[in-house]
Amino acid sequence: MSRIEKQLIVANKKGLHARPAALFVQLADKFDVSVTIAKGEERVNGKSIMGLLMLGAQYQTPLTVIVDGNEAQAAMAEFEAFFSKQEEELIK
Amino acid sequence: MNELVLKGVPAAGGIASGEAFILDNQEFIVPQRIISAHEADSEVARFEEAIEQTRREIRSLQKKITQDMGIQHAQILDAHLLVLDDPMLREQVTRGIQHDKNAAEYAFIKVMKSYVKTLSQIQDEYLRERTSDVNDIAKRVLKHLMDESKWHDLDNLHSDSAVVAHDLSPSDAVSMFNTRIMAFVTDIGGRTSHTAIIAKSLGVPAVVGLKDATLRITNGDHLIVDGNKGLVIVNPTVPTQELYAKEQSKINASLAKLGDLKELPAQTIDGKRVFILANLELSSEIKNARKFGAEGVGLYRTEFLYMNRLDLPSEEEQYQAYKQVAEAVAPLPLTIRTLDLGGDKFISSVQIPKDMSPFLGVRAIRFCLERPDIFKTQLRAILRASVHGRIQMMYPMISGIGELRRANAILNDVRRSLRDEHIVFDEQMKIGVMIEVPSAVMTADMLAKEAGFFSIGTNDLIQYTLAVDRVNEKIAHLYEPAHPAVLRMIQRTIDAGHNEGIHVGLCGEMASDPVLAFLLLGLGLDELSMSPSSILTVKKMVRGLRFSDVVRVTQEAMGLSTGQEVEEYVSAQLRRLVPNL
Repeated sequence: MSRIEKQLIVANKKGLHARPAALFVQLADKFDVSVTIAKGEERVNGKSIMGLLMLGAQYQTPLTVIVDGNEAQAAMAEFEAFFSKQEEELIK
Repeated sequence: MNELVLKGVPAAGGIASGEAFILDNQEFIVPQRIISAHEADSEVARFEEAIEQTRREIRSLQKKITQDMGIQHAQILDAHLLVLDDPMLREQVTRGIQHDKNAAEYAFIKVMKSYVKTLSQIQDEYLRERTSDVNDIAKRVLKHLMDESKWHDLDNLHSDSAVVAHDLSPSDAVSMFNTRIMAFVTDIGGRTSHTAIIAKSLGVPAVVGLKDATLRITNGDHLIVDGNKGLVIVNPTVPTQELYAKEQSKINASLAKLGDLKELPAQTIDGKRVFILANLELSSEIKNARKFGAEGVGLYRTEFLYMNRLDLPSEEEQYQAYKQVAEAVAPLPLTIRTLDLGGDKFISSVQIPKDMSPFLGVRAIRFCLERPDIFKTQLRAILRASVHGRIQMMYPMISGIGELRRANAILNDVRRSLRDEHIVFDEQMKIGVMIEVPSAVMTADMLAKEAGFFSIGTNDLIQYTLAVDRVNEKIAHLYEPAHPAVLRMIQRTIDAGHNEGIHVGLCGEMASDPVLAFLLLGLGLDELSMSPSSILTVKKMVRGLRFSDVVRVTQEAMGLSTGQEVEEYVSAQLRRLVPNL
């Protein structure tokens, strides 16, 4: 078990809206980890699309991503790549 | 309890009293139902089952979309599936059932509403738009949690309710038609809002534009709604109640007298005949139209066939609906308006892109020309129905001759294929044009050469002529039907139509106001179509006037410079000419 916490910034110019939020949940579901995402004081389950949408994270919002579980390392690497991409690159 | 008087905009006349029923979200009317502790497990199971059914439904929809349009389009629904599986949603709903003892549908809608609320407050417009997705999923799941017939309906109302809402959507009309509602009270809207149209067709008073009525009135408050003066009296004192009871019996007495006019023609003392017809939303209103002596239906709105459902109405279903109305109206004429979606009217079965300015965007005939598949189905149904009764048809929102020709080209395709299939229809059915856009007025001379008749749609014509969004209550005072520009638009349309020998009618809320109807008569309209409940008053006015006086006063009024001057002048003249109106 390991727990990793990192500050990531939303690089997608359109923000974390439904499409990328959906893609993120699909990505997170592939790993045996729990994911928490925090924006300021607000913390949501990273595997909850509603939670992600309710964060209202726009372009360049800093987020704290906390990953906990056996595959934490691998998951965090994918999440870092995810948040650095534009929407068009994510869909590909 | 203290009496409280709220002042708003009078939208439908009459006086009624009733118990307040607050409709806090017109999309989902889900009554709160408290369960006992031992029911909690079965309610959670019911919720899980509804989620599972919805998931299967979306999967099969995805399969169909993939076949029809390709996988990219089907992927849009992936977000819907993720919401269904959302751990946060399931946790919150389960807690609402087990902890707060709410029934599954209420626990679910409460959570969904909180999402919609949060999403709609988000600054970012991409994110804010997702509220429609969440609403869509909510509806799909609710369908499995509730009996669909109860879903939108207000049967669990007390029989003497006054509905208090932020706003009423056109789809609410259908659900409210067969219930006994005494009055409507809304926060927003103007004289031509849907609330006004619904209330008039139900024959109940409505006061709109009260801004914060939903906050100041509580469920169960006793209300008197005065639709003549635009007042809502909350928890009236006994003297106020007595005062209104007296007022009401006076109104009833004069209504009974108007009934004598039913069988008489709308004709001035010196013999000028005008036809007074009814605007209809639903076939069940025909009874009302007959009761008030309508000489036909000048506007039959077809949007209602498309509302409150997740799929599109089939050709057969539409054919049956049009046939039924035509036969009920026969031998009088029935004017069917083709689909008028967009603007402020939306349906669940077709995604219309949300335009920045919906009234200037893809709506009415523009939508139909973009979706010939949907348009053709309706045209086939109307043509097939045309052998029953006396049907004529008109296109909404025509902005120039090009659109009329494109619509007619599609109509001709449909006619050809019906002939090929040996299906009979009325080859002579009249095809009219609604004049509701200033560009149509300016080119009315050209349109008149290719149109079977004109029908002026004033609700939109006023909005486009004066650049006043008719649903924006902040500028409601600028929405002036008697504005000289509007009157000139109408005059020009009538003259263009008469030059080519076609009939010119008018359907819009304007026709039901005696002062404005006076002007319309003076401008030379052949037909006025209005809410059934206004017909007798207008007929009484027509029968009390000499056409020569009407023309003279109208000519005077056309020389005045503001809408207010026009209304004041005509109103004073009308009081003088028909003192007992």
